[in-house]
Amino acid sequence: MGLTFPLIATVTWGAALAAMTLRRPVHSALALVVAFLGLAVTYLTLDAQFLGVVQVLVYVGAVIILIVFVIQLTRNVGLPSESLAVRPAVVGVGTAALVTGGLISCLVASPRFHIERSGEGTAPVKELGEALMANYVVALEGIGLLLTVALIGGVLIATRRPAKKGS
Amino acid sequence: MHWFVGLFPEGPIQTGVSMVVAAAAIVGAFAGLFAVTTWIERKGLGRLQNRMGPNRVGPWGWLQPMADGIKALTKEDIIPAQADKLVHTLAPIVAVAPVIMAYAVLPVGRNMVALDMEAGLVFFFAMGGIKEIAVFMAGWGSRNKYALLGSMRGIAQMISYEIPLVVSALVVAMAVGSLSLVDIVNAQAGYYGGILAKWHVFTPWGLGGFLLFLVAATAESNRTPFDLPEGESEIIAGHMLEYTGFKYALFFLGEYMGLFAVSGLAITLYLGGWRAPFSFLAWIPSWLWFFGKLFCFIALFVWLRGTLPRMRADQLMEFAWKFMVPMVVVNIVVLAMWHYSAAWRFPTAGLWRWVLCGGVLLAAYLGLSKLWRPWEPPSRRVYRYAE
Amino acid sequence: MVPLHHYLLLSTLLFGIGLGGVLTRRNGILTLMGLELMLNAANLNFIAFWRHQPSPAPADGLLFALFAIGVAAAEVAVGLALIIAIYRRWRTVNLDVPNRLKG
Repeated sequence: MGLTFPLIATVTWGAALAAMTLRRPVHSALALVVAFLGLAVTYLTLDAQFLGVVQVLVYVGAVIILIVFVIQLTRNVGLPSESLAVRPAVVGVGTAALVTGGLISCLVASPRFHIERSGEGTAPVKELGEALMANYVVALEGIGLLLTVALIGGVLIATRRPAKKGS
Repeated sequence: MHWFVGLFPEGPIQTGVSMVVAAAAIVGAFAGLFAVTTWIERKGLGRLQNRMGPNRVGPWGWLQPMADGIKALTKEDIIPAQADKLVHTLAPIVAVAPVIMAYAVLPVGRNMVALDMEAGLVFFFAMGGIKEIAVFMAGWGSRNKYALLGSMRGIAQMISYEIPLVVSALVVAMAVGSLSLVDIVNAQAGYYGGILAKWHVFTPWGLGGFLLFLVAATAESNRTPFDLPEGESEIIAGHMLEYTGFKYALFFLGEYMGLFAVSGLAITLYLGGWRAPFSFLAWIPSWLWFFGKLFCFIALFVWLRGTLPRMRADQLMEFAWKFMVPMVVVNIVVLAMWHYSAAWRFPTAGLWRWVLCGGVLLAAYLGLSKLWRPWEPPSRRVYRYAE
Repeated sequence: MVPLHHYLLLSTLLFGIGLGGVLTRRNGILTLMGLELMLNAANLNFIAFWRHQPSPAPADGLLFALFAIGVAAAEVAVGLALIIAIYRRWRTVNLDVPNRLKG
């Protein structure tokens, strides 16, 4: 167990870095796939089995495919798209570095988070289902409504309207 | 297997050896099945098309898979000059690896499952989802308009049919109350009247779900009649255009492995997994039943391929979204009706349950199919002969 | 066993990378990808805290992460539809171009 987490963490972090710095969008998307898979494996090591497989199913199986489709549909033929302009890059990277540095210093300084995991930590799917239906049924219905609205909204926004253009 | 693992010293070596043995057994069994299937397919297709299949290599062409393997390994490996080398090379690997991982949760026999995951069903579909990325990588990495077009159509088809596939498997999970495939097989124990097994396919929602799952599985594996992305007369292998030799063989392997995996899932969900159909046949070993049913499925897929014509892209999509998605929702409703009507206690209640649930399914089927296409009676067949 | 702050460190790094990506990239799709990375980092936080709580019996952390995944999927769908609409109007997905509200 000693070597597993550093390995997975390095792969995930490296893939995320590659996803944000590679020049071509398709390579970026594929690196993001690796990052998501690394995260899914991390969830599995944290005993969140159901969530790990749902992460692969939703993110890798659906979100990335959507992203890849849109990359195909919005290609400027010939050029790799503009990824890092010079001047704003310093501002962006600098802000990110500041935020990250601040958070990391908080983490390392306070011993409150230096705890080991405790107990069994199993989450049987039956329990998840019962919690969803009993305690969180409003949230469940809400997310169903949200997904329906997103579906309808996505179709409406992206449909080509024959009469008026660009509205 | 336990005595073999017990030969090694205790501790992490033992877990490592048991993992390696399980993985090797799975890969070996299904890769061997792949070789046999290529032979069955070519011979079967040949006979269905009124010709002999391969019969040169070995008696009845049995050694044809070996000849195919040698050919694939010794062909020159060509990568197009403009191609994206990394993506192009990784695509076959991404096509094969997740599919093999999906075998880990299939219960092949009694106590013969490599990994009894709690969310095994979802894990299976997650691995199927990764396969679509491989199709895209193949099409994109080839830098070829037609490969890209084929891969886009292939992905669109696969994601459209993923919904009926997952929801018809969901029906079984609802009926059993668990997502673990071992639990699903165990829930199909017992026999009706002491003779006929209590498989899910012998219930109305099970029958409907099984048929829907089968159709969706055919579409997911890009088999005829849904093989538009890789039909030879359409786009000559679609996303696999620019692949030669061993990489093409890997894609082929991945496709057939995917076929076995979804067949295995259909068997597990609906046909009772490794259980015998009749109680007096239960002495036959469980893995023999599983592979026997898998052979039936392979024969069925070869039969479908030889018989049915290909569907057009828009017909495909229309079928998925306008027919199959409402049908699987109706299937869930029928399951709920079946579940709650189990409390009926008057005589011949079983028959009336069947009539009610089967009636709803049949009504939905007829209504949906008539809704989109009005019924035309088939016209008189006209034969035209060459002069 | 891996202590909690290692997981939090990983999630912070991922969040930082995502943030840098969102602030830096000019391509709309890549910005959305950075956003997804940030959401995933937050999910990792939830799961790590859920696992390391003193009595990890209630599944609240898992459910929160599950809903976050659902919301992220919906958001990506709508965001990409917007990108397609922008592309149709301005023929580019460079986010510097459509920087006026009218027209």
